[in-house]
Amino acid sequence: MTEWVNVILQGVLIGGLYAMFAAGLSLIFGVMRLVNIAHGDLIVLAAYVALLVTQGAGLDPLTSLILVVPIMAAIGYALQRGLLNFTLGEDLLPPLLVTFGLSIIIQNGLLELFTADSRKLQAGAIEVETFQVMHGVWVGVLPLIQFLVAAAVIAGLQILFYRTALGRAFRATSDDQAVAQLMGLDTRHVFAMAMALSLAIIAIAGVFLAVRSNFDPAIGPARLIFGFEAVIIGGLGNMWGTLAGGIILGVSQAIGAQIDPGWQLLAGHIVFLAILAVRPQGLFPKVSG
Amino acid sequence: MPDPLLEVRAIDAYYGDFQALFGVSLKVNAGEVVAVIGANGAGKSTLLKSIAGMMQPRRGDILFGGTAIGAQPAFSVVKHGIALVPEGRRLFPSLTVEENLKIGGQSRRPGPWTLARVYELFPVLGERRDQPAPTLSGGQQQMCAIARALMANPRLLLCDEISLGLAPIVVRDIYAQLPAIVGEGLSLIVVEQDIAQALKAAAQVYCLQEGRIALHGPAREMTRERISAAYFGV
Amino acid sequence: MNRVEHATRSSRIGVALIAATLVALALAPLWGDRATLRLLSEIFTFVALASLWNLLAGYAGLVSVGQQAFVGLGGYLLFALVILAGVHPLVAILVAGPIGALVAVPVAALIFRLRGAYFAIGTWVVAEVFRLIASQIGVLGGGSGISLPAAAVIAMAPSRQAREFETYWLALALTVAVLGAIVALLRSRQGLALTAIRDNELAAQSNGIDVTRVKFIVYVLTGFGTAMIGALIFLMKLRISPDTAFSVNDWTAFVIFITVIGGIGRIEGPIIGTIIFFVLRQALADLGSLYLLMMGAVAIVVMLWAPKGLWGLIAERFGWQALPLQRRLIVAAPAEKAGGKP
Repeated sequence: MTEWVNVILQGVLIGGLYAMFAAGLSLIFGVMRLVNIAHGDLIVLAAYVALLVTQGAGLDPLTSLILVVPIMAAIGYALQRGLLNFTLGEDLLPPLLVTFGLSIIIQNGLLELFTADSRKLQAGAIEVETFQVMHGVWVGVLPLIQFLVAAAVIAGLQILFYRTALGRAFRATSDDQAVAQLMGLDTRHVFAMAMALSLAIIAIAGVFLAVRSNFDPAIGPARLIFGFEAVIIGGLGNMWGTLAGGIILGVSQAIGAQIDPGWQLLAGHIVFLAILAVRPQGLFPKVSG
Repeated sequence: MPDPLLEVRAIDAYYGDFQALFGVSLKVNAGEVVAVIGANGAGKSTLLKSIAGMMQPRRGDILFGGTAIGAQPAFSVVKHGIALVPEGRRLFPSLTVEENLKIGGQSRRPGPWTLARVYELFPVLGERRDQPAPTLSGGQQQMCAIARALMANPRLLLCDEISLGLAPIVVRDIYAQLPAIVGEGLSLIVVEQDIAQALKAAAQVYCLQEGRIALHGPAREMTRERISAAYFGV
Repeated sequence: MNRVEHATRSSRIGVALIAATLVALALAPLWGDRATLRLLSEIFTFVALASLWNLLAGYAGLVSVGQQAFVGLGGYLLFALVILAGVHPLVAILVAGPIGALVAVPVAALIFRLRGAYFAIGTWVVAEVFRLIASQIGVLGGGSGISLPAAAVIAMAPSRQAREFETYWLALALTVAVLGAIVALLRSRQGLALTAIRDNELAAQSNGIDVTRVKFIVYVLTGFGTAMIGALIFLMKLRISPDTAFSVNDWTAFVIFITVIGGIGRIEGPIIGTIIFFVLRQALADLGSLYLLMMGAVAIVVMLWAPKGLWGLIAERFGWQALPLQRRLIVAAPAEKAGGKP
């Protein structure tokens, strides 16, 4: 019995990480209706940036965030201003195909630079520390920290969107680009800020991923899919729904893995498809499509 | 005679291949109210959009306070001191009334218009400040759109068909506030299909017909016949 | 009487050229060596895959990054039918088509609930699910894959050369069939609806076209074709594994880049794109991931600056079409009208 409690608890905690994958994706879709197919590969890119920073500056992974977050944010700003702003418009094809092309480029670029070898960031003793919640039930310290950070990120995003001038700018630009310009907002800059924010979140998610498990250039698409599934399960337009979606996905995968290790990923996909079939708007939708 | 605040010099405006304005010229002096009238499709909104920077004219110049602004996009034109109340109000639906007003002040130009003053002008907005913008009635939304533009502390306010879709009494209430707005030293261009209101409020009148200025002059010199002739191109 | 004319001068030339090329290709076993036949077969399969993807994305507006689901499905159907049911490989290929279409129906029912880019990712999830299921099937090699048994291979033809000729002609025939079916579809009434959707979906909907039904039909037909080609591809490879069967790089990335560079939304585009792709590959040799990287960059550049691709540029500049797909209304001259009154 307690074995199952542990399994579910682990699923909940990794759900936080999935929710972070999803938050960046959903933020961009909310502000500019763009779905970044390269999202997962950018998470992996962040992991490699963290690798370079920890090796080059001798920092431990969690401290390296001080550098990795601004670096990724800057990359996000430049990416949006320099490339993705030109794909925005009525037509569906350009942003989709350009971000798909970007995904392939990032994967293969990383492959050329770092080879296909598996890497991992070492965070030290904290990786294996656990504490007992109740009799027979143990929680890993690092997974718990990751979950709390994920919840904090989502809370932070809510505050940003609804209580700050930048958040107002995001919502106004998303509503009506032309009139937003009449207010004095340079929408090119607003979109770039949104992408920078998304990549900042990606940076945190990437570092957590790198500490938690092995990574190599090819694992990007799977992270995109987890983020995407969390968004769809939770419901579009609702950040807290996304956290719930991540948790449900994490728990499904954990239960699947417990039944048979080969079933871990499949279990998650099946739950996603089931929800898509039965309640396509997600469990806690705020907006439709 | 001091230089005009706004000078539009023979602009041509296009939507793709379609030409909407043909050599249109217009002047607004400081503190003046100018009315632009004309039938549907005459080019009135196009003219305001070109002045506000939502479109860039293909030929001609637009000078504001001596500075050439024709080629500038809307977000920099606002910073020079021109604000547009767009046709159809176009409030931000995801934002509350107060958030719409606050974002109007995004460009942070100094001036007399603040949230407090705007709520003084249109008290009903203060009552509904935390409501989502789409829950307001048509007339209230129009007041909110005007107030939002005022929050940018413009020197020139452009009003695009503020009477459209509103009951006459509501229109009268809104126009009753115009003196308070203009009294602060603001200049105004009012685009209207409601000719009577436009003539009452304005000092100068321009009439557009199929993208060209068919008539212009002081409002008090405009007779019914002259306007009809210009309006319909007879 | 008024009538609709499809052909133009350029399309007449195009059809003649294509007919001549087809004859030459059919005779390839006479003039080409083994490597040439293999290369040509590979080119044919990519032309077919790209044309099918183009139908889906360029005409129906359904951008799928998960067509590898059907390529792998077709491949695994071939191996399953041959190994588990003793079916002749050529028959298995033909059967893979309808089964692929059958699978496409519930898949479409699910993923059509998603819109736009979310639809695209949904197709990717489906492909992943197929891949994961395939790796669980022990009798077909599970995660490491399986080879086609020698007995089945010999059943195709007694000598290796005969088998290679047979496979080559099959590839040519299937590709011509796929292209022919696409042309026939585009010239039909459904095709008119499809072209309308390509040009302006909202306008098409307002004109009474049941856009969802048309998209559904196109998705199922594309599943049919892609599964058949997938079965053919893995017959040629003689070995299958989940990672090769459902590879995004091989069956989606290259296919998309080919179509984008050649020209989306026109039937000539994928053909031109495939030729360019293979010419470059032969010229630059296989640089592996660098090649993929370069193609990705070129595709991005094309998407931003020449969104209609190479053929789009040519066709718009010269007004050409290689195949008679246009519809021009020829209004009857007055003297032809009954009664003779002008």
